[in-house]
Amino acid sequence: MIEAKKVVKRFGLKVILKGVDFHVKRGEFVVLVGPNGAGKTTFLRILATLSRANMGEIKIGGFHLPRDAASVRKILGVVSHQPLLYGDLTAEENLEFYARMYNLQNVSERVQEVLVLVGLQVRRKDLLREFSRGMQQRLAIGRAILHNPTLLLFDEPHSGLDQEAAAMLDNLLREVAAQGRTVVMTSHDLLRTPGLASRVDILSKGVIHVSLRGADLEPQKFPELYRSAVND
Amino acid sequence: MGQAPVTPSRRHAAKAYLRALGAVLWKDVAAELRSRELVGAMLIFGFLVILIFNFALSLDARTRGTVTAGVLWVTFAFSGTLGLNRSMAIEKERGCFDGLLLAPVDRSAIYFGKVLGNLLFMLIVELLVIPLYSILYNINLFIPELFLVILLGSIGYTVVGTLLSSMAVQARTRDLLLPILLFPVVLPLLIAAVNASKGILQGFERSEIMFWLNILIVYDIIFTAVGFMAFDYVVEE
Repeated sequence: MIEAKKVVKRFGLKVILKGVDFHVKRGEFVVLVGPNGAGKTTFLRILATLSRANMGEIKIGGFHLPRDAASVRKILGVVSHQPLLYGDLTAEENLEFYARMYNLQNVSERVQEVLVLVGLQVRRKDLLREFSRGMQQRLAIGRAILHNPTLLLFDEPHSGLDQEAAAMLDNLLREVAAQGRTVVMTSHDLLRTPGLASRVDILSKGVIHVSLRGADLEPQKFPELYRSAVND
Repeated sequence: MGQAPVTPSRRHAAKAYLRALGAVLWKDVAAELRSRELVGAMLIFGFLVILIFNFALSLDARTRGTVTAGVLWVTFAFSGTLGLNRSMAIEKERGCFDGLLLAPVDRSAIYFGKVLGNLLFMLIVELLVIPLYSILYNINLFIPELFLVILLGSIGYTVVGTLLSSMAVQARTRDLLLPILLFPVVLPLLIAAVNASKGILQGFERSEIMFWLNILIVYDIIFTAVGFMAFDYVVEE
């Protein structure tokens, strides 16, 4: 689903990504972890077509970036730590707006379906700015899955959420992933990460140090492996 | 040689483009109808500028006629900048601009949607400022030709302003950056608009007015094309 080879990104003289190799198969749930400033968000923004790599080769769903960015956007849903939604529109209006941007047919039906899925049907007529952070994040997931994307990118979706809202978000993430979608998520939450992912990649100082699966993701083992990779 | 046939996929793409453009415009209008932040701020600012000029200049009837065009366009330009800044700041709040850029649509549809929204708000403010100006300065501004100049000037101003505010919004100092970027670029437009307005208000020769009107039209065409071509690059990180 994703093939990224030797991806380099610079901001001025500062090199953020120093040749990232990243491959994700269809249906995988991959979490990218790493300390602050490791380049997780930068890398995800490149995959999301919001930023361009200076060097390297990226293919998503068979489409080349940046050449086929518009085609990639059709199969892509993005949730960041910001909801990407308008405070002065209601939940329903926000989703209807994005449905039109994605040129969906049967807008009202699809919007109602998604509102039910994210558990906000009752609050559909309320303005987004009246929502709690957790509810905004649930609606953001609704926005991201509105057009039935095959690939979902989550950029630290738990940041700023309390325990209850984070647990609710985890359930929603599992539900969304269980529908056969490929998911890539960035996080620096070492406790939450192993429970969600089928694979965890550790990104530090602009490169991916190690990919962990199965037994390596057990709560006793994972933090230690993470620390040794980051301090390498 | 005949024209290329309009294939269903082309028609579909054109429909999607117009739908996205309309969605951006609808979203801006719906949000503004609810918050009334943007037009409200532009209007109050516009009224204040006119009021300040009125007291500061304390003009006689003859001089009033000569400075009207300048005062009007200074008011429109300053309140317009306020509107452009706010319009893009709304997109930056909660990361909405990224949401727009993620849509699988030609990005110029987003640009033209924003231009139409900004133009609509600017025209509303201008239509409310003009009667107030007429009362305060005791001068008749309800001249159809003057409205044409205001329309052409506002189109050029919002076409350039929307493009530059999309660029400025990425910067930390966006509130300061926009006027610094915008005013040098719109200077020819403002000169043409002021001269055309002055010509109409003072009954100049038609040929003299047409010269400035032509500059306004050419400016609008050139910068609409520039906006269409450059928006995708301007918003790219």
